[in-house]
Amino acid sequence: MTGPKAADAPLIALEGITKTFGEGAAAFQALKGVDLAIARGDFVAVMGPSGSGKSTTMNILGCLDVPTSGIFRFRGVEVQALERDQRSLLRRRYLGFVFQGFNLLARTSAVENVELPLLYRGTRKAERRAAALRALDQVGLVPWADHTPAELSGGQQQRVAIARALVTQPDVLLADEPTGNLDTERSIEIMELLTRLNREGITILLVTHESEMAAYARTIIHFRDGLVERIDRNTPTPVEALA
Amino acid sequence: MFGMFGSTLLLAFREIRRHLLRSFLTTLGIIIGVAAVITMVTLGNGVTASVKDQISSLGSNVFIVFPVKGDRDAPRPFKQADIDAVARQIAGVVEAAGSVTTSATALHNGQDWATSVQGANNDYLRAQSIEVTAGRNFTAEEMAGGQDVCLIGTKIVAAIFVAGVSPLGAEMRVNQISCTVVGVLEERGEGGGPNSDQDNTVMMPLKTVQRRFLGSDDMQLFVVKYNASYSSTSIQDALVSLLRERRLLQGDANNDFNVIDTAQVNQALGAATGALTAMVAVIAGISLLVGGIGIMSIMLVSVTERTREIGIRLAIGALAREVRMQFLTEAVVLCCLGGLIGIGLALLLSWGLATAIEVPFLFDPAINVLSFVFSAVMGIAFGYYPASRASRLDPIDALRHE
Repeated sequence: MTGPKAADAPLIALEGITKTFGEGAAAFQALKGVDLAIARGDFVAVMGPSGSGKSTTMNILGCLDVPTSGIFRFRGVEVQALERDQRSLLRRRYLGFVFQGFNLLARTSAVENVELPLLYRGTRKAERRAAALRALDQVGLVPWADHTPAELSGGQQQRVAIARALVTQPDVLLADEPTGNLDTERSIEIMELLTRLNREGITILLVTHESEMAAYARTIIHFRDGLVERIDRNTPTPVEALA
Repeated sequence: MFGMFGSTLLLAFREIRRHLLRSFLTTLGIIIGVAAVITMVTLGNGVTASVKDQISSLGSNVFIVFPVKGDRDAPRPFKQADIDAVARQIAGVVEAAGSVTTSATALHNGQDWATSVQGANNDYLRAQSIEVTAGRNFTAEEMAGGQDVCLIGTKIVAAIFVAGVSPLGAEMRVNQISCTVVGVLEERGEGGGPNSDQDNTVMMPLKTVQRRFLGSDDMQLFVVKYNASYSSTSIQDALVSLLRERRLLQGDANNDFNVIDTAQVNQALGAATGALTAMVAVIAGISLLVGGIGIMSIMLVSVTERTREIGIRLAIGALAREVRMQFLTEAVVLCCLGGLIGIGLALLLSWGLATAIEVPFLFDPAINVLSFVFSAVMGIAFGYYPASRASRLDPIDALRHE
């Protein structure tokens, strides 16, 4: 999978990606030919008004959806040609997801939520628990390991979700409006956490409509009308703890 | 892989516990179906065993032969010579013994009792496996001389003898004849003998009854006990042809006697029980089908309710077959639990009913195992569609589902 050239190639490459929903007169073209390259270790913020195609792009990058046409290479593999289950295996192995709505399993403790991805990897129980606690430690929630989502604040729930995304040590963490349901203070906490994780080597793709949050990224991609409008290089907001 | 299966199983139990009442109501169809099947089969076994027991109390490997109206006007009775010929000439016959019966009134302690008096010797008692529980059988002199001694059934003891005092040696009047009680017959229940109620019978030596009650040496019936290693058909054929010959029946003249084979009665009983079992199986099948549809509909509800959960699982990399397995496991576990409850209920019910109708409670492991396995199969059959529907969900739509 990782040939000698793959190391130099971008982690993620989109070439002429289009996505059309529906058919005939009702057809709606959400993406009209997106070209994009994301390097390993980058912190990318994807911005744009709703309907600009940023969510569709994220779904394709997250291997949850396939483009109508174009080529999507992830680690050199052409994802658009893969079967559904093969894409699942790709997500399982290389991707971590953080959603706006946290999407934790209700009535299930924080540590069990974090263990979930490892369950599908077939990790042994003891190992699973240890890895889940390590991930919870990374987000500072070890004391809350046995609490269910209902017993946690929004910020805490999002940190559990981040721990769940981290526990498999993915290449890429996709965060779709992770601060959308949080107040400013919690949002800053989450962004600082993402910055720290990025410094540790994880590539981060962040979808946001708030420029304060995008300011933490090193690359900001602006979408408009199903196309990449422009790509800005950014000096990230400094994070004190890391200074 | 076992870790995966173990946690899937655990998850299934947790999901069921979360909706305890709903799970119970869902499995009710299966519980009732399984309980009905097992109860009916268990009771059927008990009834069959009990009836077989009664039939074998007629004596196993026994024919009962009695005259009927043939082509002539009145049935012709048998004579002792016919019975002797059967015993002597047919290979495999162990015993052949005649008997006569007439109704009578017993009197003791000034109390009347309507009963019947049966003339039979010890060979008849042996052939019919009738035991004497207190006292003794007839002696050779009593039988040869037609003496006034009798064996009495338990109902007579209870009806006209003083409780707690042994009737042995007591004098009793039967119609005009006074006889000495020498023994008590074992209790056999209704239908325990070829003539009405064995427990309400005064048994006297054959010659006594023939001479003093009937005034004739006719035989009303006789029993033939044969060696079990002989085929009952060949003995019966030999018996019929010998009797036809002795009764001068020629060509196509109809038999003017009947031969009842206890083995045939057993077979007829088996056929009747089989028909009943088949009917119960159909009813239970319908109940299980309804139960299965219940499982399917509640699993579909469950899949809809947990769409978001399915979305999360798919997003973090669950394969379609893993999601399908999760819901299938839940359906199977639900059905198996229903099956277990059904088995428990069936054991209680069949034990209670068996006790109530006084048949033995015979636990049948095969039907219990079969019912359990069938419940699991129902889980697979009716859980498959909802489970595969869950596995086919689109992760993006599932995650957006409210």
